[in-house]
Amino acid sequence: MTDATGGLEVRGLTVRSPGRTILDDVSFTVPPGRRLGVIGASGSGKSMTSLALMGLEPTGATVSGSIRLDGTELVGLPDRERARHRGSGIAMVFQEPATALDPLRRVGAQIAEPLRLHRGLDRRAARAAAVELADAVGLPDPGSLLRQYPHQLSGGQRQRICIAMAIAGEPSYLVADEPTTALDVTTEARILDLFAGLRAGMVFVTHDLAVLARIADTAVVLDAGRIVEEGPVASLLASPQHAATAALVDAARATARRTAP
Amino acid sequence: MIRRLVARPTGLFAVVVLGLLVVLAAVSLVWTPQDPFRADPFHQWASPSPAHWFGTDAAGRDIASYLLAGTRTTVLVAVGSGVIASVVGIVLTAVGSLTARWVREGTAVLLDVLVAFPTLLTAMLLTAVAGGSLGVVVVSVGLSSGVTIARVARGEIRRIARSDYVTAARASGVGGSGVLFRHLVPNAAPLFTVQLSLAMATAVLAEAGLSYLGYGAGSDTASWGSMLADLQTYIGVHPWSATWPGAAIALVVAALSLLGDAVRDATDPRLTTGDRTGRNRAPAGPGVTA
Repeated sequence: MTDATGGLEVRGLTVRSPGRTILDDVSFTVPPGRRLGVIGASGSGKSMTSLALMGLEPTGATVSGSIRLDGTELVGLPDRERARHRGSGIAMVFQEPATALDPLRRVGAQIAEPLRLHRGLDRRAARAAAVELADAVGLPDPGSLLRQYPHQLSGGQRQRICIAMAIAGEPSYLVADEPTTALDVTTEARILDLFAGLRAGMVFVTHDLAVLARIADTAVVLDAGRIVEEGPVASLLASPQHAATAALVDAARATARRTAP
Repeated sequence: MIRRLVARPTGLFAVVVLGLLVVLAAVSLVWTPQDPFRADPFHQWASPSPAHWFGTDAAGRDIASYLLAGTRTTVLVAVGSGVIASVVGIVLTAVGSLTARWVREGTAVLLDVLVAFPTLLTAMLLTAVAGGSLGVVVVSVGLSSGVTIARVARGEIRRIARSDYVTAARASGVGGSGVLFRHLVPNAAPLFTVQLSLAMATAVLAEAGLSYLGYGAGSDTASWGSMLADLQTYIGVHPWSATWPGAAIALVVAALSLLGDAVRDATDPRLTTGDRTGRNRAPAGPGVTA
């Protein structure tokens, strides 16, 4: 099942729910350490792409095609085996940091959980590693901050916790589903800097072209579950070929004009 | 946690009333002012006095002693039904939310049918099979409360299982049992606590109702329900007498229902810990006091 090429290779990924095709024959490759943008309007299948990459598609949906992570086929693995790749092979950061953390657990415990799972650390070592990790994602005073509950943190701090959780298992790939959409502009810039500094390869889902230009080298454009255009981000933005890409670029220009001083 | 519990007026009320109930039930095992079952034909309907604190009834029995002896029945019914409701509730919730799809959806339908099955009917059936006793009350109320709890808790577990934080935990590699014990159970526990305390309150009320109808304790067991049934016949002539068991039932039922809310509030970090940013305050839902 293994071949020489490393990285993340998606071939013909198709997701169907009863009576509907949500993703249709999606293919892309992300070499190790590179960042691929996935853009598209609402309902184009961006979030389903992220969930399918994680093997967390909703019950009732069927996934076909191929997802190869460093040569290992992930599609069709029983959930118990698939779970072993989550967090260590490929991890995910979600859109809404306010709901992606368990409201009843201290944030330190939530970072420690994947640390104990993937690095086999005991409770004490996991706590120390969580502090290091919190420091690495730019959280101030991690010692006391990790004893807080999610509602006591700001949106940006919560997203940093989520990122720390995601990279705790030292995954080779990170799926980020609109991770800055719920944040204010200043916080967004800081979180994007953090993403740009990570070693992991990335599938970065966004509808925001400014974010895309900042984070990714190449991108695919999704429309109604299909990839309609792909290429280097600069050329996609400069000369969009497909109507869906052009619509996204026009909308972004219009917003920029309205908000320009 | 106890300190946070009694810091709220409702929690304090519930703890004091229920604490008193348990103490009185223990006291009644060794001492009552008079023999609660001793009839005294020369002192029928005596007014409250140092000898008979709450007066006497139609047979001249001491109401205070009988009320005190009845605390045992109330505690037994509340705790017994609570235990049965918890076991039935947890088992049905687990079967209804954690199993294969067709099993859990079948369970959901079964729960909807069972919820429509009246407690009274269960009690009548059990009485027909096993004869009337306090056990019939405890089992029938426990079963029907367990079904009600499972119906609500099943929905809650399914909701939590689909939540972002469970998806995020799974995405970081947490497996089935980790999700169950570290996320699903703790997050469903508050709802369970509230439902359980309501079930215990319902049990105390139902004992009164079923005893009233003759399905509960026999005449050899002192119970607030059968006491109320006896005394209310004379309420036009001796209004005070029926007030005592009535007030006792009301007080305990109120304390039990408030206890669940108070425990939930005392264990929710969103309500008990400060908010560093001043934003994101948890909305004050119904039942949230102080």
